[in-house]
Amino acid sequence: MTTSAVRFLLNNDVVTIENIDPNLTVLQYLREERFNSGTKEGCSSGDCGACTVVIAELGKDSQTLNYKSINACISFVGSLHGKQLITVEHLKQGAKLHHVQQSMVDNHGSQCGFCTPGFVMSSFALHKHNNKPNREEVLEALAGNLCRCTGYRSIIDAAIASSEHCEADSFAQHYNQTVQQLNDFKGLPSAKLSNTRHCYFAPKSTAELAEKLLSNPQAILVAGATDLALSVTQNLAIIEDLVYLGDVTELQTLENSAEEFIIGSAVPYSDFTPMLHEEYHELGEMIERIGSRQIRNNGTLGGNIGNASPIGDMPPALIALDAHMTLQRGNEERKIAVEDYFVDYKKTVLKASEFIKNIYIPKSKPDQVLKVYKISKRIDDDISAVLAAFNIELKDNIVTNVRIAFGGMAGIPMRAKQCEAALLNKTFDSESVTAAQQALTQDFQPMSDVRASDKYRMKVAQNLIQKCYLELQSKNIETRVVNYA
Amino acid sequence: MRSLINTKHSNENINNELASVGQGGVGRSKKHESADKHVSGEALYIDDRPSLRGQLHAAAGQSTIAHGLIKSIDLSAVKAAEGVVAVITVEDVPGHTDIGPVFPGDPVLAIGKVDYIGQPIFAVAATSHDLARRAVKLAKIEYEALPAVLTVKDALAKQSFVRPPFTMKRGDSATAIEQATHQLSGEISVGGQEHFYLEGQVSTAEPTEDGGMTVFSSSQHPSEVQKLVAEVLDIPLNKVIVDTRRMGGGFGGKETQAAPWACLAALLSNVTKRPVKFKLSRSDDMCMTGKRHPFENNYHVGFDSDGQIKGINIEVNGNCGYSPDLSDAIVDRAMFHSDNAYFLDQATVTGNRCKLNTVSHTAYRGFGGPQGMMTIEMVMDDIARHLGKDPLEIRKINLYGKDDRNVTHYHQTVEHNKMAELISSLEQSSDYQARRASISQFNIENTLLKKGIALTPVKFGISFTVQHLNQAGALVHIYTDGTIHLNHGGTEMGQGLYTKVAQIVAEEFQVDVDTVGVSATRTDKVPNTSPTAASSGTDLNGKAAQAAAKTIKARLIEFACEKYNVNQAEVSFKESHVIVGQDKFSFAEFVQQAYMGRVSLSSTGFYKTPKIHFDRATGKGRPFFYYSTGAAVSEVLIDTLTGEYKLLRVDILHDVGHSLNPAIDIGQIEGAFIQGMGWLTTEELVWNEQGRLLSNNPATYKIPAISDTPSDFRVDLVPDDPNREQTIYNSKAVGEPPFMLGISVWSALKDAISSVSDYKLSPDLDTPATPERVLWAVEAMKDNA
Repeated sequence: MTTSAVRFLLNNDVVTIENIDPNLTVLQYLREERFNSGTKEGCSSGDCGACTVVIAELGKDSQTLNYKSINACISFVGSLHGKQLITVEHLKQGAKLHHVQQSMVDNHGSQCGFCTPGFVMSSFALHKHNNKPNREEVLEALAGNLCRCTGYRSIIDAAIASSEHCEADSFAQHYNQTVQQLNDFKGLPSAKLSNTRHCYFAPKSTAELAEKLLSNPQAILVAGATDLALSVTQNLAIIEDLVYLGDVTELQTLENSAEEFIIGSAVPYSDFTPMLHEEYHELGEMIERIGSRQIRNNGTLGGNIGNASPIGDMPPALIALDAHMTLQRGNEERKIAVEDYFVDYKKTVLKASEFIKNIYIPKSKPDQVLKVYKISKRIDDDISAVLAAFNIELKDNIVTNVRIAFGGMAGIPMRAKQCEAALLNKTFDSESVTAAQQALTQDFQPMSDVRASDKYRMKVAQNLIQKCYLELQSKNIETRVVNYA
Repeated sequence: MRSLINTKHSNENINNELASVGQGGVGRSKKHESADKHVSGEALYIDDRPSLRGQLHAAAGQSTIAHGLIKSIDLSAVKAAEGVVAVITVEDVPGHTDIGPVFPGDPVLAIGKVDYIGQPIFAVAATSHDLARRAVKLAKIEYEALPAVLTVKDALAKQSFVRPPFTMKRGDSATAIEQATHQLSGEISVGGQEHFYLEGQVSTAEPTEDGGMTVFSSSQHPSEVQKLVAEVLDIPLNKVIVDTRRMGGGFGGKETQAAPWACLAALLSNVTKRPVKFKLSRSDDMCMTGKRHPFENNYHVGFDSDGQIKGINIEVNGNCGYSPDLSDAIVDRAMFHSDNAYFLDQATVTGNRCKLNTVSHTAYRGFGGPQGMMTIEMVMDDIARHLGKDPLEIRKINLYGKDDRNVTHYHQTVEHNKMAELISSLEQSSDYQARRASISQFNIENTLLKKGIALTPVKFGISFTVQHLNQAGALVHIYTDGTIHLNHGGTEMGQGLYTKVAQIVAEEFQVDVDTVGVSATRTDKVPNTSPTAASSGTDLNGKAAQAAAKTIKARLIEFACEKYNVNQAEVSFKESHVIVGQDKFSFAEFVQQAYMGRVSLSSTGFYKTPKIHFDRATGKGRPFFYYSTGAAVSEVLIDTLTGEYKLLRVDILHDVGHSLNPAIDIGQIEGAFIQGMGWLTTEELVWNEQGRLLSNNPATYKIPAISDTPSDFRVDLVPDDPNREQTIYNSKAVGEPPFMLGISVWSALKDAISSVSDYKLSPDLDTPATPERVLWAVEAMKDNA
């Protein structure tokens, strides 16, 4: 193998690619280079799921495989290094359909058929980990796949019914062999890819990464690519120098200490969510509505903070929790509050050659409650109009500590300090709530855009304070349509 | 006629039917003919076709202003860009420059003037899709901006219309309203809808050896693509072949809107003498192609103390965009459906076709019908709140009668009307009254979350209102091994048309449906076809294919009579066999005998819809062969602090006559309902003050996702109720009608909102009813309570 190559399994075949433009997406690679047209292009922006493929990766134990659905349209081809890529073409064995495929046929789950390969792959990934999924689990796994024809009922039935015909598929039969092959890949050097003009590099350590960034401060960092890839597919940007963080060992760590969680910046949502969900239930629930399963399988916490969206979903929650983060440049490391990271619209304190290393999230205290609200037009896979996070400590109904942060209310995710002041050390009652609602107009002047008007954003933000209050007053009433069964 | 279905519950029914899959014939839940290929990724869409030698990729340079004169175009940088092989403007079009489908007004490339943001001004062929997209951004175009009309209000004030206004009238509505006990007025803004077919617009053009063009187009109307490609190239129609195997969804969006890209691909192919593919990126597709017409409607109604309408004036104002396209017929259909299922007694319905500087709006499932129905459903809710009654009561009292009160405002008599029974049956099966009571209780007990319920009916007229389109052709061959090949003029966009028509042919010969092969819809197989639209695909093409099959069958019977000296009554087709007197031959064996006996085993078939006529000058006639009907009950939950909502349960009872394929029909009903719900809830088209579409990608335009489907979703077909008109196996069209069942979700949202005023007020709820609009409607209830 030359030093400038990416090696992976395409279905069961070892493939080495070199001299390919690293701006190429996995979807383009499959369709244009491999002539595998089963994987469809619906939007090229990670929103429709027609391009869903499955990645198999080695688990931490190096003996098990994790199957993850991803959007091929917004994954760069270099990120395949060391993994197995499974496409819809590989599910059918001879004339026999895979059981998730057969179930789609039996339940009349396809009409025009264009979204179908994507649904099949999402369902396949689900069944690899859960061969008896219930309705809720199916919805969670398929929320990133849009169908315009069926109305979904038949697809839900198909995904649930697949388990009735579950049998060992070719992937199960090749399991040990695949594990061995992926272990063999571990010995490969760091992935590099370049054509004459653009290059891609996947360092394996923070030292390697830091060095690369010092020597090349213009390089663009990419983790899950769920946002960055859109600049290529939608805005036709060309990234000259791409540095992939997914192979950096130190950025993949997950620590659960007595006081805090420490999450490596390149850990995908899917991997850190269970841990957080246990500690902060509402945060976990909210994360399950960030993007889709495909997005959460690739998207990372570092990326969510790093791209400095005004909404972000995670940053408001992290700010409310007073999370911190470490930034590294060369050998130097500094720790800052997540709150202090954001300066202005898409402007942060990150210096040239610096990267986000770890995120530190404190654990909950006895009197502390975290309330998180994600308001969007659609429940699944939608960018929030407003994201609100309330971190409140109550003693005898007195607010002894409070941090409130919003996304979508300003150019950056930020705290509502006047609002906090109106509540701090006050009895938590309708009077202080009204004062807090009033104070919110001093904290924010939201804008109107395609998602919501300025007036709606302010009104909802104020009403969420009320909702938070009502939920803390009487824990037994149902207050959210999202949770209503 | 044997009983084909007796559906109890969709899921059970389909699964029970599975046992019979593969035996062919109509009435069975036969799987989609491409289902196995869909799930395996083997089904080929146009973008999946292997690249041809030398194939190029197209992109179009777009207008960046909503209205203006083009002062200069500098394409030097475009021509010099990497990979660019050819660049064309309207100057390079050898033939027609206007590709308007019915009326002129749609230049294939801008002619000195632009009328909307996104309008194609020039086109490029390059060596890759991305290089073509990059190159078009390099043009330098100078405009002299002209004032742009960007609202319906402005268009009405300026009398800016793409076609003249039109009125349908029955009786003296003004006097009737005046003399009625009660009067109400209202207005509603009904949003448009992006089709969001998962496969975007795409065409590939290949030059042929005789100066013609073979075009592979994702089109609902291959014959129109053929005609327009021939016209822009200035070549005869017999030199253009258009081939459409399948679309990844159409929904009306590929009726006229597929043609521009096919024409541009053909023009570029003509210049370069190389194959050219034109695939629109998703955002280009959303900006450059027409959508469902947004409408702004108003009403003035007079009614009695029971809530029965005595007179009504309705005005529907369609935002047609910059050109006529199909808008005349679309606004007509909105007018035809301004009654929905209700007798309007004295009625005046006026339709305006407003011209705005946006993309030209076009066909979309329901074709104006849904926008027309919204007004009268609003009237029902408004009357109910005014009188303090349940809206269902008002709906029932206003239904068309059987023998009287049964003439529409366009003077067609509503026949075979069983809407009252259908509603009554659904009211029972959905447990409407008990749920209404428990919802009222829930709303008393809960201040934060409120529930709402609504039952709304649909009566939808079936036929193209443009008479000549109601015709179809088919071509059936039988080969000597007994297999059958079928072509017809209809296109497959997922609705299962190919499956149903194959079932019809299989039924005719009593053979296994798997022995009927279908291949792409091609203009050289079946000519001069109508678009696959207006829910008519099976009605028209099924009858045409049946006619072709009957012709061959008659020849086979005649041959049998001659050869075996029997009479016709002694020849029958059964279980893949032909029975001739005492002899029984396999179908294949008998077909071989017929071949040896020199019997033609190929035939065309033709069909035209009977009974229909409409005189637009008088506004009178029978535009529709029959009506498709159905009703839905939706129950919702809203959050009065955020406007968020959730659909909890849906019950649907829909009439498809004798179902040709219950699984496909139920799939159509479920899919249409969810699409209709999306139109009225989360799917929001947002244009800015410059006329630029901001919701131009799926991150900002939200069609329903999987969790939006209610966990309790009960869809039933009206059992054993054949169409009284002589349609194919007495079935009824199903493509569009159930779309409007989604109106029940909107009405249920209003019911929940109204509860905030203790049902004293009828909320104004423009659509789409996003959480934001729901919240403002709730606030309005609080303010006025």
